[in-house]
Amino acid sequence: MTDPAIPSAYVRDKRTPTETREQLRARIPGWGADLDPADRPSHPRLQYAPDTTGAHWDFPERQPEKEPRERSIEHAFLTPVFGTAQPLRGLSGAIRKLAYRRFSEGRLAHWLLLIVGDRVDAWGSHLRSFASGRPDVPATGLRSELTRGGLRSRRGRSDARHQVLDPVLVAGPWVAAAAVTWTGVRRLVRALRR
Amino acid sequence: MRAMVYRGPYKVRVEEKDVPAIEHPNDAIVRVTLAAICGSDLHLYHGLMPDTRIGHTFGHEFIGIVEQVGSSVQNLQVGDRVMVPFNIFCGSCWFCVRGLYSNCHNVNPNATAVGGIYGYSHTTGGYDGGQSQYVRVPFADVGPVRIPEWMHDEDAVLLTDAAATGYFGAQLGDIAEGDTVVVLGAGPVGLIAAQSSWLMGAGRVIVVDHLQERLEKARTMAYAETLDYDEYDDVVVELKKQTDHLGADVVIDAVGAEADGNFLQQVTGTKLKLQGGSPVALNWAIDGVRKGGTVSVVGAYGPIPNAVKFGDALNKGLTLRMNQTPVKRQWPRMFEHVRNGHLTPRAMVTHRFPLEHIAEAYHVFSAKLDGCIKPLVLPDAA
Repeated sequence: MTDPAIPSAYVRDKRTPTETREQLRARIPGWGADLDPADRPSHPRLQYAPDTTGAHWDFPERQPEKEPRERSIEHAFLTPVFGTAQPLRGLSGAIRKLAYRRFSEGRLAHWLLLIVGDRVDAWGSHLRSFASGRPDVPATGLRSELTRGGLRSRRGRSDARHQVLDPVLVAGPWVAAAAVTWTGVRRLVRALRR
Repeated sequence: MRAMVYRGPYKVRVEEKDVPAIEHPNDAIVRVTLAAICGSDLHLYHGLMPDTRIGHTFGHEFIGIVEQVGSSVQNLQVGDRVMVPFNIFCGSCWFCVRGLYSNCHNVNPNATAVGGIYGYSHTTGGYDGGQSQYVRVPFADVGPVRIPEWMHDEDAVLLTDAAATGYFGAQLGDIAEGDTVVVLGAGPVGLIAAQSSWLMGAGRVIVVDHLQERLEKARTMAYAETLDYDEYDDVVVELKKQTDHLGADVVIDAVGAEADGNFLQQVTGTKLKLQGGSPVALNWAIDGVRKGGTVSVVGAYGPIPNAVKFGDALNKGLTLRMNQTPVKRQWPRMFEHVRNGHLTPRAMVTHRFPLEHIAEAYHVFSAKLDGCIKPLVLPDAA
């Protein structure tokens, strides 16, 4: 006999006691209902069943392309169905178009350009919002910090350490943009006064 | 119509938008009666998902009533109450006919690596989502299903993603009788993954998180042992101790790209965005599973590379299994489990917000205020 103090990993069999089937069934609703892998809907992973999907076509009818639609160059063609929300527009649209036309999904440049496009889109939209009746703010929903226990909810939580960074990351670019704008306007005014 | 609209990282609001139109003969327009915010919506909200455009409406968990159908729709009628899987899929491509509905090749022109998803950026096809009063549902004969009379609306909406994903995550673990299963994350997906692990014969289920209300829910709803990783200097060492130094037979990553638990990964991954999110949970899974064990990944990750310990996965001889959930494939069996009370999705709902309060809903869920585990969105609530 080996020393019982030696953990399971170092000997032949698991030594940790486990509950019996009966004990588990008594305390866990449905324990073992899917014990047989054949009862698990994703087993096996590939199940050829073309008549069960509801599709009544071999290849779907093509959705009309009302304006040029960007696509991954890894696709053979524009997929027969696609989303039409928020079509490409402006500078952000040009950046995104470049990402799709030039780089495959396997290239980091593809994704980084899309992220750049996202930020350009966001800042362009923030600037436009100042000319509208509903300007953007650095972050939304902050009233809930008061109404939903902002301090109480975070008490003792380890993630509160890096949540401290959120205001800096969210408001920082706005503060920097305001500072640059203020400096620029002041210089312009001085230059005009001379 | 009123719809949630993305205005940039950490900024969402409700705006007036046009009601969507039929754009393909097999489209339907659905009036949304109940929606939910998914943990993966927070990746979009935090600006982590490439090609998330200003004006996009999020929301891939929703149910509703068919308002209009295209000319080729045969299986649905106006007035039907339907639940809609988060996957948009054609039912006829190489992948769909083999059951890989989440990997459909005919619905997402923007990427080949991922299928179509409602309201989940242009990287998944550029479809507006269901956190709105109306939504366009492509391939109406393939995706949506009439909600059974006996099913509670809150169960139905959770079956469109979170619950189905938890159940699928347990299946990916290939659990055998008596296995020790560790579930990382006690959010909605993790809670159902824990419940599902028992159905598949687990001998022990251990759920790891650090939020007390979620750990409590894992104990009461999923009958699991729990580990608060804040209590340990190194939670992987604790997992080894608790499994007699073998490691778990199966570890399920139900966290994804915004995992906490490591300051450096969190800051570089989710705050400074120097990598495609924070893979702390995935690394804990690789470290915490036993040699020759299985890691199941159903937490969502984006397309940008992460600092993952792939060498350890190799050296330990692990099986790594993962996918976006082919939701509709799970439903017939899950419906039985919900009806029998084996799976209890709506037990995790903690908050219900009117659509007009969407900004508050996102902030509360994102910052985990007020014990929020799963928030629902009511499009027509005053």
